[in-house]
Amino acid sequence: MTTKLVYFAWVRERIGKPEEEIELPADVRTVGELLRHLKTRGEEYEAALEYSDVIRVAIDQEHVDHGEIIAGAREIALFPPMTGG
Amino acid sequence: MNASVVPHISVQREDFDIAREIAALTAGRTDIGAVVTFSGLCRDEGTMLAALELEHYPGMAEAEIGQIAAEALQRWPLSGLRVIHRHGKILPGENIVLVATASAHRQAAFEAASFLMDFLKTSAPFWKKEHRRDGGKGGWIEAKISDDEAKTRWTR
Repeated sequence: MTTKLVYFAWVRERIGKPEEEIELPADVRTVGELLRHLKTRGEEYEAALEYSDVIRVAIDQEHVDHGEIIAGAREIALFPPMTGG
Repeated sequence: MNASVVPHISVQREDFDIAREIAALTAGRTDIGAVVTFSGLCRDEGTMLAALELEHYPGMAEAEIGQIAAEALQRWPLSGLRVIHRHGKILPGENIVLVATASAHRQAAFEAASFLMDFLKTSAPFWKKEHRRDGGKGGWIEAKISDDEAKTRWTR
């Protein structure tokens, strides 16, 4: 399954790209498992996702918890806690 | 319930004119007794800050503000509602965000504006990065625990 990942703020800066399409192994089922999988892709991912508990995630532009199932997602966004307003 | 009220939501690079936004809420209306506006500005943090850079998630930013606006319309009898959030580079003294609420009476307008800001700060996908005047390393502003706590006062 190919999934589009998009990154914002310091997650984007540390990974070094705003978005990418990646092939996910079948055993990556939840958001938490996705974050653990990404950390194995290199030191830039390790640096971006070191404190994975603080990483916020949106699937198809809706906020989700780390326990959310990612099956069927078109776009998964990873970003720090928001600081707008 | 305000089934007929359509909130105006804009995520934009350009500045906004508060007087014009108020006029848009009240033009042709004789039932509105209260308009509350909140505007958030970029401050210079004791002259340290040269600019803020606001990044956002296009599409989700508008959708998330829309959900917060719909919730406000459910909870308070509003006659109108406008939210503008800027992105891009913003200098000290410039506007960042506007929330404008209109209602027959002031309490609904005050409370809805406050509610909208509390949720915007913690749920709308925007991130602020500081640029320092001395050229030093700025950085991404950290989320405040107090902003999360402010949001919890609206849970019922």
